[in-house]
Amino acid sequence: MTHITDYLLEILYLIAAVSFIVGLKLMSNPQTARGGNLVSAGGMLVAIVGTFFLYTGHHGHVGREAIKIECIVAAILCGGAIGWITAKKVKMTAMPQLVSLFNGMGGACAALIGIREMHHYFGNFAAEGTIMTSIIIGGVSFSGSMVAFLKLSGILKKPIRLPHYNLINNSWALAMIAAGVLAVLSAVHGHGLLGNAALLAAFAYGILFSVPIGGADMPVVISLLNSCTGLAAASGGFLFHNQVMITGGILVGSAGTLLTVVMCKAMNRSLTSVIFGAFGEGASVHGASEARAKGPITEMSVADAAVLMNYSKKISIVPGYGLAVAQAQHIIHELEVLLTQKGVDVSYAIHPVAGRMPGHMNVLLAEASVEYDKLVEMDDANSGFNSTDVALVVGANDVVNPAANNDPSSPIFGMPILEVEKAAHTLIIKRSMNSGYAGIENELFYSPKTSMLFGDAKNVLTRLVEELKNL
Amino acid sequence: MEHIIDFLGKNVLMIYIVVLSIIIGIEVIGKVPSILHTPLMSGANAIHGVVLIGAIIVVLGSDPGKIVEMCIGFIIVVLGTLNVVGGFVVTDRMLEMFKKKKTNTKT
Repeated sequence: MTHITDYLLEILYLIAAVSFIVGLKLMSNPQTARGGNLVSAGGMLVAIVGTFFLYTGHHGHVGREAIKIECIVAAILCGGAIGWITAKKVKMTAMPQLVSLFNGMGGACAALIGIREMHHYFGNFAAEGTIMTSIIIGGVSFSGSMVAFLKLSGILKKPIRLPHYNLINNSWALAMIAAGVLAVLSAVHGHGLLGNAALLAAFAYGILFSVPIGGADMPVVISLLNSCTGLAAASGGFLFHNQVMITGGILVGSAGTLLTVVMCKAMNRSLTSVIFGAFGEGASVHGASEARAKGPITEMSVADAAVLMNYSKKISIVPGYGLAVAQAQHIIHELEVLLTQKGVDVSYAIHPVAGRMPGHMNVLLAEASVEYDKLVEMDDANSGFNSTDVALVVGANDVVNPAANNDPSSPIFGMPILEVEKAAHTLIIKRSMNSGYAGIENELFYSPKTSMLFGDAKNVLTRLVEELKNL
Repeated sequence: MEHIIDFLGKNVLMIYIVVLSIIIGIEVIGKVPSILHTPLMSGANAIHGVVLIGAIIVVLGSDPGKIVEMCIGFIIVVLGTLNVVGGFVVTDRMLEMFKKKKTNTKT
């Protein structure tokens, strides 16, 4: 009987593993993405239910005393309820920090599994090796993700950079790994103290690793920590000889790593510059004084801008981080609807890294009920700017900076941008002449085809809507 | 050297699985439009919630008499469940907005 249940469980694990793979594949296409997520969820359910009923452990028997069953069921109900409600109720714009939060939960889970199992496997070198790996990687992932959560929630605002922080971090990382190795050797001899110390060292490293990183780079870090948690899960899988944990964990570790690299490329930043130092800090100081040297900028009144837009045939709205900061997504939707009623063709040009992470603008505009087919991807938008009468740039800066194409010395050179300078006229809504995340000057502001509308995005857009209603 | 070959030989099937999983992970992420980066990250996050299986195994292997073990086991399962449920629901919410709505816009 035991063999049959064991085999059945292994088959269920196989089904789950395949569902993860198929699910991820489906998630790489917008049409099938939502279904892909459900496929993976289904597989996960199969694996969980299977384990609950059929798991018999290494020795062919595991006691299913009532208290254990109650413990598991209660815990799943608790965690499930909290997870469900939190994920459903939180604002769309808070989604990225939730990803980080839940990632941290997974990391903590893997680390604590290691702490618990450490005592059961004293003397076993290979087992203690996987245990320490889970403890360290899980621990780093937990605290690193918690810091990322605090940063994205705005609770931790500025990156905290101790002097020589790279040296400190790298030294600590080496020390932590050394502690891990010693912990393995110590556990082989029956002592668990170093294992607990390694956990604390890992928690500390996660914090040290995450605090110096700027808010805009957080998504890359979250993706990296995501793949770390996958590896921690796989490590647990090696310990328990659990095929679904191994496959799921390695899949996420591998896919997550590649995704991190791809996200960096889209931002035209290298992974090393994200982790070991941002560019652009201090440059905004130069930026302000350079502004006067570049020539005059043209300001336009809201009334004139309204007239210009009213008589346009085609307008392209370019949203940026400023739109999110001003929480002006609802009023911009109102503007879009109003202009469309007046017969103007309005669309939104979305740069892949506009805002603070890939998809940020999409989420923001979706929250304002902007229809998905009004959003135009960068390449399509670029071929359309030639026939666009007005490009309305709201709170975006680096993504429309021509220096990326023209100036080889610029830090953003090579980054693909939205070529709004091809439009007949560009209107830029900004609070001031301050630089964007890259901390550099934007020559677009000085172009004769560009007019500035200074003010808070929500404020300016509200006044534009009022003016348009009178026309 | 012999030890290495011995280890590799005894575990060759596991090595196949690890290597194939790595390659599949890379292949699947291959041509992802940037619009899907964040949801995919969230989806992968949910999948590594498979660590919950390990948590269940820990509790099943615990000593029911030891209240401390049970409590810690409870916490570990909660953590894993948060990862799984939270992960899939967040991913679903992000992907909700990808459904095209029928509109009256001119073609």
